[in-house]
Amino acid sequence: MTTVQERSPMPQEREPNPAHSDPDRPIGYGRIQRKEDPRFIRGKGRYIDDIVLPGMLHGAILRSPMAHARLVSIDTTEALAHPKVHAVITGKDLEGLNLAWAPTLSADVQAVLATDKVRFQGQEVAFVVAEDRYSARDALELIDVEYEELPVVIDARRALDPGTAVIRDDKDGQTDNHIFDWEAGDKAETDAVFARADVVVSEEVIYPRVHPAPMETCGAVADYDPIDGKLTLYETTQAPHAHRTLYAMVAGIPEHKIRVIAGDIGGGFGNKVGIYPGYICAVVGSIVTGKPVKWVEDRSENLMSTSFARDYLMKGEVAATTDGKILAVRTHVLADHGAFNATAQPTKYPAGFFSIFTGSYDLEAAYCSVTGVYTNKAPGGVAYACSFRVTEAVYLVERMIDVLARKLEMDPAELRLKNFIKPEQFPYKNKTGWEYDSGDYEPAMRMCMEQIGYDDLRREQAEKRARGELMGIGVSFFTETVGAGPRKHMDIVGLGMNDGAEVRVHPTGKAVVRISVQTQGQGHETTFAQIVGEELGIPTDDIEVVHGDTDQTPFGLGTYGSRSTPVSGAAVALAARKVREKAKAIAAAMLETRPEDLEWEKGRFFVKGDPSAAKTIAEIALGAHGTVALPEGIDGNLDAEVTYDPPNLTFPFGAYICVVDVDPGTGKVKVRRFVAVDDCGTRINPMIVEGQIHGGLADGVGMALMEFIGFDEQGNCLGGSFMDYLIPTAMEVPDWETGYTVTPSPHHPIGAKGIGESATVGSPPAVVNAVVDALAPFGITHMDMPCTPARVWEAMQGRPTPPV
Amino acid sequence: MHVTMTVNGTEVTRNVEPRLLLVHFLRETLGLTGTHWGCDTSNCGTCVVLVDGEPVKSCTALAAMTAGHEVRTVEGMADGGTLDPVQQGFMEAHGLQCGFCTPGMMLTARALLDREPDPDEATIREAISGQICRCTGYATIVRSIQWAAAHPAAAPSEQEVTA
Amino acid sequence: MQVPAPFEYARATSVRDVLELLERHGPESHVIAGGHSLLPMMKLRLARPEWLIDINDVVELRHIAEDGDVLRVGALARHADLLASEVVGRLFPLVHDAEKVIADPVVRNRGTIGGSLGQADPAEDLTTVCDVLRAQVVIAGPSGERVVDMADFHRGPYETACEQNELITEVRFPIRARSGSAYEKVERRVGDWAVGAAGAALQMADDGTIADAAIGLTALGLEGLATDAAAVLVGQRPSEGLVAEAGRLAAEASSPVEDQRGPVDYKRHLADELTRRVLRRALDRAGATAVQGG
Repeated sequence: MTTVQERSPMPQEREPNPAHSDPDRPIGYGRIQRKEDPRFIRGKGRYIDDIVLPGMLHGAILRSPMAHARLVSIDTTEALAHPKVHAVITGKDLEGLNLAWAPTLSADVQAVLATDKVRFQGQEVAFVVAEDRYSARDALELIDVEYEELPVVIDARRALDPGTAVIRDDKDGQTDNHIFDWEAGDKAETDAVFARADVVVSEEVIYPRVHPAPMETCGAVADYDPIDGKLTLYETTQAPHAHRTLYAMVAGIPEHKIRVIAGDIGGGFGNKVGIYPGYICAVVGSIVTGKPVKWVEDRSENLMSTSFARDYLMKGEVAATTDGKILAVRTHVLADHGAFNATAQPTKYPAGFFSIFTGSYDLEAAYCSVTGVYTNKAPGGVAYACSFRVTEAVYLVERMIDVLARKLEMDPAELRLKNFIKPEQFPYKNKTGWEYDSGDYEPAMRMCMEQIGYDDLRREQAEKRARGELMGIGVSFFTETVGAGPRKHMDIVGLGMNDGAEVRVHPTGKAVVRISVQTQGQGHETTFAQIVGEELGIPTDDIEVVHGDTDQTPFGLGTYGSRSTPVSGAAVALAARKVREKAKAIAAAMLETRPEDLEWEKGRFFVKGDPSAAKTIAEIALGAHGTVALPEGIDGNLDAEVTYDPPNLTFPFGAYICVVDVDPGTGKVKVRRFVAVDDCGTRINPMIVEGQIHGGLADGVGMALMEFIGFDEQGNCLGGSFMDYLIPTAMEVPDWETGYTVTPSPHHPIGAKGIGESATVGSPPAVVNAVVDALAPFGITHMDMPCTPARVWEAMQGRPTPPV
Repeated sequence: MHVTMTVNGTEVTRNVEPRLLLVHFLRETLGLTGTHWGCDTSNCGTCVVLVDGEPVKSCTALAAMTAGHEVRTVEGMADGGTLDPVQQGFMEAHGLQCGFCTPGMMLTARALLDREPDPDEATIREAISGQICRCTGYATIVRSIQWAAAHPAAAPSEQEVTA
Repeated sequence: MQVPAPFEYARATSVRDVLELLERHGPESHVIAGGHSLLPMMKLRLARPEWLIDINDVVELRHIAEDGDVLRVGALARHADLLASEVVGRLFPLVHDAEKVIADPVVRNRGTIGGSLGQADPAEDLTTVCDVLRAQVVIAGPSGERVVDMADFHRGPYETACEQNELITEVRFPIRARSGSAYEKVERRVGDWAVGAAGAALQMADDGTIADAAIGLTALGLEGLATDAAAVLVGQRPSEGLVAEAGRLAAEASSPVEDQRGPVDYKRHLADELTRRVLRRALDRAGATAVQGG
């Protein structure tokens, strides 16, 4: 393991670009500028709303103002009479096409356009297609809908009460708002450990509903060609291939006649995994009008109807000895899934990977149970860089460790250090069945403490407390669970969670890499070129990465759950290695020697003991496509394709410490410092890795302090615009300080573990722990997010309240 | 109605509806899709362009109101083949990921550096505080602007015009 | 993206022009300046003017000028203009306190003082600022110009003395010797509307007592000034006890409502806390002897 500490370097202090400093070394891993940046900084990205097709029409969706109501009638006469309106589509029309309901990613169905009832505020009711976007919007006002109000179910805690309105009366046999019960771990064993433990702490911990809110909202341009029956669908999707297959299943268009194109995506964070009614409406609009139809949602539509995140109400319990040995964790979770069960997660895991809530600790027992319920809120749930609910799990355990530390009067960092899984215990099987592939936690924790000056901060805090000033230090240590996943355990709607990659080396030695995953800003065009560059010794500038077009790329499940590098990165590396093996055989033929007599270095094969007898990859590529007499079984190209089935997940980890100051008069929290030490195994491009971490840290500050989708008693969404759904600006976040350790994944071809969501997972507990720590003088052991000034002040008065 | 304005140094005249938002005039009427939009309430700043050298949220301005003024968009930042140092800085310091907020951020940075060539970190953070980035956590945006401040050599000639 | 309903557009170049256009196009015509309140409302179709009268070219309304014992600020002065003005900061530091926390820097490039006062949003900061400075608003109308005290101008949430066919042209701030002022706001995030805010303006007498005081609250359910809170200060020497009493009375005068920004008790607490803070700062700026304690 290597360890490095860095105070986020200024650009001019950066380590030199290896490509510049060492002309002999083929470009591979290292801090290089991104290949995608030149188009973005010139405003030449190609996002969904930038797409204009000849004759294109514009769609707009009429949405329900009510959270729960019976649809009595819809009158579209006036809208249809609008001179620029081409079509108005309602749920009735879709029923005729068998498209009024679509399957979700969680074995449920979701209304595309409402037919019987509306079940959340913002639900899709009608779709207008008009000549321009202004007219489409105008026509929405001309549709007359009559609703009959129904009782609203907003509080998940009341959803299962007898006599509560049944939201999903469309489902045969559904007589309540229950979706599922799920459990992991050994209940009896865990209860026994709790029964004999010296100390038990428990707390109601809520992870409130939040929203990924990428800066680009969701949208699609559907272009159906009635002559050849081909649908070209431009979409904001993180999973183009999975979408294509699902459209084929849902819409009955043969899969080879569907081409999904995801251009540049203006941020996703899980918001662009699902198939939204608007996409399907755009397709239907195009089929009906015979013209391309664009639909792009506005910000309120994005916040009110597309996939939210979290909404977990957790009862956390920890059992320990008086000297701070943590024995067991136990929890029951009430999961609010909204009006349709539309979470995007592996079939066998209705609560995602939440059972990783044992955290980074060596425990004797653990048990969790999760109950999913319907409410009159937007559907979704697995989004916002959550790594399939690892965010909720990490928040719970890291919050509870602090509760325990307070109870035991132990330092929270020391308590964590005392209970870490030891390096020699890896691979470590936890009590809910996960096998942690690798880890070395203590060095990361120690580095983080040293970098932030932990002991000095505790001294400063003591002095400030004596003066009545409120300063908090929050510690969090997380283990992520990413790179889903092994196909024998993990599928989404029956599709194994594997990804394909194809590497082709052209005759002149330049390469093209085709991948199934979809960047939303993570820099795939750079990272995947670097992986191939490292494996084949081809400069990254000579490698083109193709993605986001199902006609051009191999099948795979796409980008979410930090799976691009763990799954597709492995596929690309293995495809490159296949190419290298093939190159070796061809080089042997060219050099008239045996492959086993060749050695590989820096983009060339040479004869052992005679470095001058060598062939570079470019020479071999020309040979492969040229007239070289190829060995038996080798065909005339330098291409390879791999579909990667990961043997296990990867387990990145990190230690985070946050320092906050709280204004005792107003409750306003200021994040003063934040140190993040991450271990994602092999770091392909440290600049991109650090960028991913920074973004996630800002997410954590946002969720901890301000982001929140609330509802009133009528089910009105109170976070339906950026006036109310607050996202941190540059003023609320500090200059991030980062460090890293490197513990490569033992089962991943290049040892990489993924980094996309680590910081979003790990940072919220650090911030909340810091706030609660600051409020210790008030006797507070817990407060729920968001820690807004008012809510912090209420906590200071001794009455922290759950978010509503 | 006819509106005439100067966009990236070129005078343009178009016949538009009075209600046409400036962001749609730029993106759809003129095809300059480098200016993006992210909300409807003038909170996110994704749509920022420079009007007479000052950052303005183009989702909250009418094309009609902008007639007679000078607009500069991301497409007008580079001087031919020469990038604005701000553009260069964003690449050097990884000031962008998905690229969606980037045009607005860069234009605000340009206006800031025109007014204040060597801003400190607090000044930079304040200047971009009307704009949301969901990817970067802002630190690298700050560093990108600092990079541009430290490398003004290639700055475009109109630098001193605005104030 | 949300877009406004159709309307007609006219651009005015003088106050006379504005008034004529308002007259000609009738009750469904509306003036637009910065547009940062109006256009979002129009996109939501909560506002649907038939005519928009663009006053941005009425250059006579963009002045900031010291004129004897009055500072005249044209209604079209942008937030950014006020923030950049040295004279404003020197004479009325609370204007700068407030302007630093109004919306965000880009919005401040467009939003105007006239627009802010005219919108009269209960969470709008400049109304409180003008209240405590005992500013006057100049309104031009078909029958000429009238000068209205803030107390008469502001008639409640979203309601002012400026009629539909009139135009706010100027705000006048009386300049007072030995004065000090301050404004402080609590917001959930930069650019958010106030959870609560307080503003205070004070004038000191030669003998070191407080000669005049005005205290106002934003978003805390108080229309106009907190007169009882101010009254306890007048004629007294500054002390922490006095400041605390004023804070208590300001909180008593407030009648906040619960919303996403906070519950009633918190907001009432803010009325107290922020009043005390701005009073201390205003006293300091007025050159009063340092207030002891907290």
